[in-house]
Amino acid sequence: MSGSTAAPEKPTRVDERLVRTSALRKLLGRPELGSVVGAAAVFLFFAIVADSFLQASSFGTVLYAASVLGIMAAPVALLMIGGEFDLSAGVMVTSSALISSMFSYQMTANVWVGVFVSLLATLAIGAFNGFMLTRTRLPSFIITLGTFLMLTGLNLGFTKLISGTVSTKAIGDMEGFESARTLFASTLTLGGVEFKVTILWWAALVAIATWILLRTRFGNWIFAVGGEADAARAVGVPVIRTKIGLYLGVAFAAWVSGQHLLFSYDVVQSGEGVGNELTYIIAAVIGGCLITGGYGSAIGSAVGAFIFGMTSKGIVYAEWNPDWFKFFLGAMLLLATLLNAWVRKRAEATS
Amino acid sequence: MARVRTGVRAMGAVLAVVLGASLAGCSSTGGKRAEERAAEAAEGRAAVNTPRWTFAMVTHSGDGDTFWDIVQKGAEQAAVKDNINFLYSHNDEANQQAQLVQTAIDKKVDGLIVSLAKPAAMKAVVAKAVKAGIPVVTVNSGSAESKEFGALTHIGQDESIAGEAVGDELNERGRKKALCVLHEQGNVGHEQRCAGAKKTFDGTMQNLYVDGTNMPDVTASIEAKLQSDKSIDAVVTLGAPFADAAVQAKRTAGSNAEINTFDLNAKVATGLQADQLGFAVDQQPYLQGYEAVDLLWLYRSNLNVLGGGRPVLTGPQIITADDAEALADYTKRGTR
Repeated sequence: MSGSTAAPEKPTRVDERLVRTSALRKLLGRPELGSVVGAAAVFLFFAIVADSFLQASSFGTVLYAASVLGIMAAPVALLMIGGEFDLSAGVMVTSSALISSMFSYQMTANVWVGVFVSLLATLAIGAFNGFMLTRTRLPSFIITLGTFLMLTGLNLGFTKLISGTVSTKAIGDMEGFESARTLFASTLTLGGVEFKVTILWWAALVAIATWILLRTRFGNWIFAVGGEADAARAVGVPVIRTKIGLYLGVAFAAWVSGQHLLFSYDVVQSGEGVGNELTYIIAAVIGGCLITGGYGSAIGSAVGAFIFGMTSKGIVYAEWNPDWFKFFLGAMLLLATLLNAWVRKRAEATS
Repeated sequence: MARVRTGVRAMGAVLAVVLGASLAGCSSTGGKRAEERAAEAAEGRAAVNTPRWTFAMVTHSGDGDTFWDIVQKGAEQAAVKDNINFLYSHNDEANQQAQLVQTAIDKKVDGLIVSLAKPAAMKAVVAKAVKAGIPVVTVNSGSAESKEFGALTHIGQDESIAGEAVGDELNERGRKKALCVLHEQGNVGHEQRCAGAKKTFDGTMQNLYVDGTNMPDVTASIEAKLQSDKSIDAVVTLGAPFADAAVQAKRTAGSNAEINTFDLNAKVATGLQADQLGFAVDQQPYLQGYEAVDLLWLYRSNLNVLGGGRPVLTGPQIITADDAEALADYTKRGTR
């Protein structure tokens, strides 16, 4: 333990931080409260307008759509609380899948070897982001934009160079594929409804992220560097280590998503993933993360992903004219976020 | 310095582990070792002794598009055979594509191949090329505008005719309610395909837009649609990679719909053989590239023009399980 948390002097009057608050007050102060209300509203809305939305099987589909997004949204939310962005996150998922597939194929190795190599390589990309950011002190927007463009080019260039085409070769007949598929892309049947294993990954990642954020020292550091990095450094928070750690978190989730992509479709298209980084950020913001950092939660990101999943699939269930799909999606998201902001303001006013 | 040295040492250790693991954990099935040496169609030597002309191809392809990769392969092999210096560039923004055509004109190429997905944006620059005396061949999209813009020939598939062929095939298979999955909202060719299919199909057909750059989302969207409407008995995807997503969606949704697709790739070929897919509509992209280069060469060397002012069609060719077996090797090679 460093000396950063020296005992405070006895306060002459009761510090507002020490005032006992009721459970309700505590609940109202949570960053994800607004988004939970938003999610409930979206859920009710589609339950009324779309007949098939309430089917159990539809629930599995919506959860799958939310989980694929949510796996990435959780570490992205942590990164945003830490005051940084990662624009390379979407393409990194594709890179991770490509590395895994091509290494296994070219080396004729058991696919687990490729999966392991991909983990190291993806973490290296994350470390590169964090290292460049803390070394150069340039904004993360610039650093990760550079990584985003470089990865987009590398994905395409290497795939074409190695496989001769723009997608990877099928690795479905290679050893280890079935067991890897079980871990990353299997389907579980519960009460006749099929749930994708990504939902478990999502739940686990959100749980871990929440535990880190609320119960560990590292969690305190994240809030500190996101709120005011210089002040945090002054009181002994290892800013560099914290930020690199956050980028490693995003890289780890990108690896999980990438392996899911590879093992559910067997072939990876090298041009995929562009634009998804924005969706991750959107999910985190809907879930109550501030774009300026220092505030937010991992559970919020999960609720944000769930809202996104419900909206994008609810529109299909409601069978609305598909020409207007993007408009409906945008309008629903805006409404959910406005409701979120309004609830938070009310909560702050009453506390 | 100490930190740098530990970094290097750590990287060395990681490398050693990776190499060790890859040597130890070999797969006895699949992989590169199992890949058969594909016999190259052209042997990498020119078959003619005409001068070495330079032809440029500028398309509206996005990055990493499987379809255009095959077009490019066809063009490259024809270029080798015809002793052509072949240049390829692409951009999915119409304005950028026009600029790329302009650079080809600046380079004074001996022949130009362009796709007219966004004809209005390409009109002026194609006219410029024609005025500069560069013979132009249009490929893939733009059969209606090709002649008007001054191109020699158009090589491609008429999207409406291809769609109509799908409608006919669905009728033959006794389908009643079909879903047309579009992976690029606003792509004119895609709309024409679905409209063509709707025209000849006796049952009802609905469109579904999906986000083509996000595969799990494509799967979930099709899944949602199949769950909400159990009476759908046929799904038509407009690109080969999306057929597999539809197959998975069908499985999860517990639907009995038959999955059909435009375009072909190795996965589609095996899918057809395994009866996971009903049929595929191939527009033979390899031919579009190969013929474009070859026809420009014919024009340059002998002033031949094929098609008599009408588009030369490369599709639609309907491929079923019976044909898929013979095509499987070519799809693996990336030329079908």
